[in-house]
Amino acid sequence: MSMSAGKETVFNAAFEKSIAGSEQPGWLIEIRRKAFGSFVEAGLPTVRNEEWKYTNVSPISAASWQVLTAEDAGPVSGDFDLTKGIFEEIEGGNRIVFVGGIFREDLSRMPEGVSASQFSEAYDDEKFRSKFSTIVDTELNGFTALNTAFSGEGIFLRAGKDTKVDQAINLVFIGVVGSAGFPRVLYIGETGSEAEIVEHYLRAEESEYLTNAVVEISLADEARLSHTRVQRESHSAYHVVTSQAELGRGSVYDNTNIHLGSKLSRHDLGMGFNAEGGEGWIDGLYLVDDEQHTDTHSRIDHRIPNCVSHQTYKGILDGKSRAVFNGKVFVHEKARGTDAYQSNKNLLLSNDARVDTKPQLEIFNDDVKCAHGATVGQLEEEELFYLLSRGLPEDLARNLLTYGFAEEVIEKIKVPSIKKALDEAVLSRLHSRLDTAE
Amino acid sequence: MLLEIKDLYVAIDGKNILKGLNLSINKGEVHAIMGPNGSGKSTLAKVLAGHPSYEVVKGEILYEGKDLLELDPDERAREGVFMAFQYPVEVPGVSNAQFLRLAYNEKMKHIGEEELDPLEFNDLLKEKAKIVGMEPEFFKRSVNEGFSGGEKKRNEILQMAVLDPKLALLDETDSGLDIDALRVVAEGVNTLKSQENGIVLVTHYQRLLNYIVPDFVHVLAGGKIVKEGGKELAIELEEKGYDWVRAAAQ
Ligand SMILES: Nc1ncnc2c1ncn2[C@@H]1O[C@H](COP(=O)(O)OP(=O)(O)OP(=O)(O)O)[C@@H](O)[C@H]1O
Ligand SMILES: [Mg+2]
Repeated sequence: MSMSAGKETVFNAAFEKSIAGSEQPGWLIEIRRKAFGSFVEAGLPTVRNEEWKYTNVSPISAASWQVLTAEDAGPVSGDFDLTKGIFEEIEGGNRIVFVGGIFREDLSRMPEGVSASQFSEAYDDEKFRSKFSTIVDTELNGFTALNTAFSGEGIFLRAGKDTKVDQAINLVFIGVVGSAGFPRVLYIGETGSEAEIVEHYLRAEESEYLTNAVVEISLADEARLSHTRVQRESHSAYHVVTSQAELGRGSVYDNTNIHLGSKLSRHDLGMGFNAEGGEGWIDGLYLVDDEQHTDTHSRIDHRIPNCVSHQTYKGILDGKSRAVFNGKVFVHEKARGTDAYQSNKNLLLSNDARVDTKPQLEIFNDDVKCAHGATVGQLEEEELFYLLSRGLPEDLARNLLTYGFAEEVIEKIKVPSIKKALDEAVLSRLHSRLDTAE
Repeated sequence: MLLEIKDLYVAIDGKNILKGLNLSINKGEVHAIMGPNGSGKSTLAKVLAGHPSYEVVKGEILYEGKDLLELDPDERAREGVFMAFQYPVEVPGVSNAQFLRLAYNEKMKHIGEEELDPLEFNDLLKEKAKIVGMEPEFFKRSVNEGFSGGEKKRNEILQMAVLDPKLALLDETDSGLDIDALRVVAEGVNTLKSQENGIVLVTHYQRLLNYIVPDFVHVLAGGKIVKEGGKELAIELEEKGYDWVRAAAQ
């Protein structure tokens, strides 16, 4: 799994450059160096790796990406104007913007009610130091290693003890043509805090780039976080993101993942419990067409008794698209009283689409409530006839059934702009007829 | 004439079900179709509604003088054909109100009348729901999902009330309804009955016909109508069963 000399040089040079002038503390440089070392050793994954069997990232390995730094990431070339249009539909008055992986203060409007700082402002913060790079395993794969190697900067969010953050915190990620971006976010929800994060992966233009993000989430006791990720990248882009949450006693993590864009997307997500009574909802909807490829790998670990994890993933595939779902739920020996549920349902709208789904539940304790399952199917002919027999034209009937299939996940989305984007994606023409319906 | 079926032969998966069926229905009439299990009553209803699994091998169906078989199922519905399913289908994730409004507006568009927005439609729906004694809480729920057998049947008649068909085919709408619900639904159908529409009741039980009095009763057996009569024929069937009709037809 070694890399070809050319690409090694691309990342090597960029890495050395970013280390060289840096005033980052030694502990961070060490983490980064180690991460880069493990990237160089492992390279990006190949299909020979069991976890990447169905997702071939060789086009990413083969491309010579440009890595932007804070210095050269100023207002981006005239190709697109960031102030125009793209932020219009981000509600709530705040946005934390990354362009090409680099945080852009000039484009951001920082949220209120939550502490939001750049990593560089938090290097001495004990909370930051204690959690940074401890939640996502840097050595999970070449992508996490590469992200950590370039993670000197990023955004650190912290919701204080017992605070309720009123506005949803918007994180906006925009790719830059030809570049590999390594945005990184660390969120700490302190005891009893409550907040909502919405990650928007947007495209400013139809272009080829790589978003390789890492999002780490730590919830202390009784903390609550609603975490929505909406991936609407360019259809020529690559999107490889890893997110992981650790849950304290009685904390609640409600995560919804929507994948609409990109040529190839891969999301590795995980959740683990630090104490009893944690509850996690991890739901998702991927909607792909043409030659799009989407892959979700999830891993949920129940090592602690009396925690809840519910996972509902739905997929809608058209054209020659392909989806991979691999969900691992481990209920360890000591985790009595676990309530774990996992389902992955797929709707194929074309004969050329393909799904590889593998929900995996491994239980080493008898005193648990667990269920899992996966389905791959087409629209039900009897349901279709029922709608037709009431006078709905066929395309409308098909759209409505498709919408119905996804509704379970769509109804979780409360953000109007995302709801609209979803409606448009799921049922372009039905949207206008339903938008004011109850 | 509203509906005219001439010498109809229908097969499913290569098996002949209807074999030379004739039936004529005028506006303002109520027809009951009775007959043993598996004789083809639902087949007839579904063929009229345009179910794609059934193959019309031979014969003709004229609806308001036009060839019904030329029309797709949704076109038939917009032209006023309505079948209440013997086994209504559950449609998860699609709310009753959404679905009915879309169906209603498609029909309005077709006949050149004004479409309704959700609020306007909600008022209409509330009115129509009274006809079948249905609570508004059912509007928000997914179509038929988790409905009891009787609730599904009521929901079919609610759809009929909203869509106001010219030809209503009610396939065993009475089965699954409790005694009170049967009366309510039957009264609902009577309310919807007019000089402008024709109603076909497929049923096994004379009881329904006490509430909705048919002008004609037809017995379907062996793939065709083997006996016809007035409402007293239903009473006779209830007493004697089908054997004598079948024997006489041979
Ligand atoms: N796919 C199929 N292949 C073969 N035979 C079928 C198929 N579908 C239906 N049939 C048969 O067609 C016949 C007529 O069925 P139909 O449902 O029309 O009867 P019915 O008169 O409505 O009966 P019931 O009173 O029980 O509702 C039955 O014998 C049934 O088994
Ligand atoms: Mg039947």
